[in-house]
Amino acid sequence: MSTIATARDRAPWLLTGPALLLFVGIVLIPIAMTVLLSFHDWGQYKGIDPIITLKNWRDIATDSYFFEIFLRTFRIALMVTVIAVAIGTPEAYILNRMRAPWRGIFLVIVLGPLLISVVARTLGWALLFGSTGVINVALVRLGLLAAPVQFMFSETGMVIALTHVLVPFVVISVWASLQRLDPQVESAALSLGASAFTVLRRIVLPQVMPGILSGAIVVFALAASAFATPAIIGGRRLKVASTLAYDEFLNTLNWPLGAAVAVLLLIAVAAIIVGSNRLVERRYAEVFE
Amino acid sequence: MPFLALQGLTKRFGDAAAVDDLSLAVEKGEFVSLLGPSGCGKTTTLQMIAGFVEPSAGAIRLGERDLTKVKPALRGLGIVFQSYALFPHMTAAENIAFGLEMRGVGKPEQFRRVADALTLVGLTGFAERYPRRMSGGQQQRVALARALVIKPDVLLLDEPLSNLDAKLREEMQVELRQIQRTVGTTTILVTHDQGEAMALSDRIVVMNCGRVEQIARPTEIYHQPASPFVANFLGRINVLPAHLASGVAMIGGARFPVPGSADGTFSASIRPERVGFAEAGLAGTVKARVFQGHHWLVQVATDAGLVTVIAPNDGRPVPQEGTITHLTWRSEDVALERAS
Repeated sequence: MSTIATARDRAPWLLTGPALLLFVGIVLIPIAMTVLLSFHDWGQYKGIDPIITLKNWRDIATDSYFFEIFLRTFRIALMVTVIAVAIGTPEAYILNRMRAPWRGIFLVIVLGPLLISVVARTLGWALLFGSTGVINVALVRLGLLAAPVQFMFSETGMVIALTHVLVPFVVISVWASLQRLDPQVESAALSLGASAFTVLRRIVLPQVMPGILSGAIVVFALAASAFATPAIIGGRRLKVASTLAYDEFLNTLNWPLGAAVAVLLLIAVAAIIVGSNRLVERRYAEVFE
Repeated sequence: MPFLALQGLTKRFGDAAAVDDLSLAVEKGEFVSLLGPSGCGKTTTLQMIAGFVEPSAGAIRLGERDLTKVKPALRGLGIVFQSYALFPHMTAAENIAFGLEMRGVGKPEQFRRVADALTLVGLTGFAERYPRRMSGGQQQRVALARALVIKPDVLLLDEPLSNLDAKLREEMQVELRQIQRTVGTTTILVTHDQGEAMALSDRIVVMNCGRVEQIARPTEIYHQPASPFVANFLGRINVLPAHLASGVAMIGGARFPVPGSADGTFSASIRPERVGFAEAGLAGTVKARVFQGHHWLVQVATDAGLVTVIAPNDGRPVPQEGTITHLTWRSEDVALERAS
């Protein structure tokens, strides 16, 4: 009897065991090692010194250089999130109202940025952004600009390039909640005297709000931790948290400091995601399943 | 002059006519059902009245107004949808108040009318509930209150009870009828359930393949169906071959007097509950006998074919399976139609 019970107790562990081991091996252990590394000391000539010290964390907390970079990282992530939601939500609504062949075609176009390698896509933006790039030349020739705008190595350029690739996440998320809408609900609002715009604002938008918010959370997390796009558009001049960590690891070779930056980024993003997710769930638990 | 008039209403999708030349005059305060199998055009008709589907031809008139080209938002009709279509992000009270808000009714009056509407449908105390936290029957009532609170000229009900379980559906039928009587709103119900149509309606419009088969009161539809389709759709019916000669019908070797003096081959239709067991009449063997609580369902094999009998469970004996019995009926319960 007891052997059966223990065998049954053991079954979930045995079944999830392989995946669990893999997860522990390639995710948890490296993260734990990075956390540990962030408490080690480092010197130009002695290299990594495996003692426990708060030096790196004190540096990050007190040096305004790090504060500025983290502020920039989250400022860019917030801008990208706001713009991606503003573009992605109407886009999803229009896609959802399209008919059979067009809907599929436009969905592929919308998802297009995700299908292209991040390096190719970002270098493409770099070509467009340059002072002799297509965008600047066109704007100047049209007389809209007196002189070329500096897109490269600017936050504007980063926001544009990141928004481009992250909009699809909002579209997919909003579209999923649009498809759960009962079309009769819109008819009901119309029959009660609501205008088409009122239906959109009072009936459709509140119902897709959970979709918008979960899309926004994904976009924020990806924008805050993006590496390749800021690295190419921002270069060494305009650093964000992820490129800062990379530079500390591979250029300065100050691994412990890089580890502290990486851990702080991880904690900050995780806290924001968990916090806003909890907020969304509490706000909509009454209303939606 | 009728209150709501549908004149030659037609809707074509491509070549197929979903609704074909439907004309109907509804009096003020009347409860009319559109009854038919799925795909008969009853829902399309309702959507044309509501304004969600544009008619290919014909007109819809409400009193003096021509509604045919009016937008749904301006028709002022109350609609209860099959899925209830409540706004999931609003409480019951907010759902009901929505139509009043759209009409620019002031807050204090909104509050009073919402409270009245909740009382009318028996949901006092549920004002702050979200639809998700309500049962199907309660959601149904909120949908009804939301449609009625705007004091619509016409109330349209699209299969409103089809998502409820049988017992609740029966309760809601009674309640719906009482509420409609109380407020006196002209009502059009779309349903495929003949029991529901008969229980609720002043008149029934039986539809099939986009056409009207019969428009009449429930009892008339049931007892004097205009076509075999109507007869079959409104419950079980036995159709037996009959030979008529000089006022006597020969059905499966038994003789029944009939009024009139038509001769020839006819088909005789008799409702199963109008067939009784007797000492003499159409002879047959009981093939099956099913107890259904308030009645027995008996199938008797006769020379004229299988006859279904519904015998009330009133204490009288019902013949056992395998025994020989005789069936009889009153001549006025038989509808005769010349066989083609």
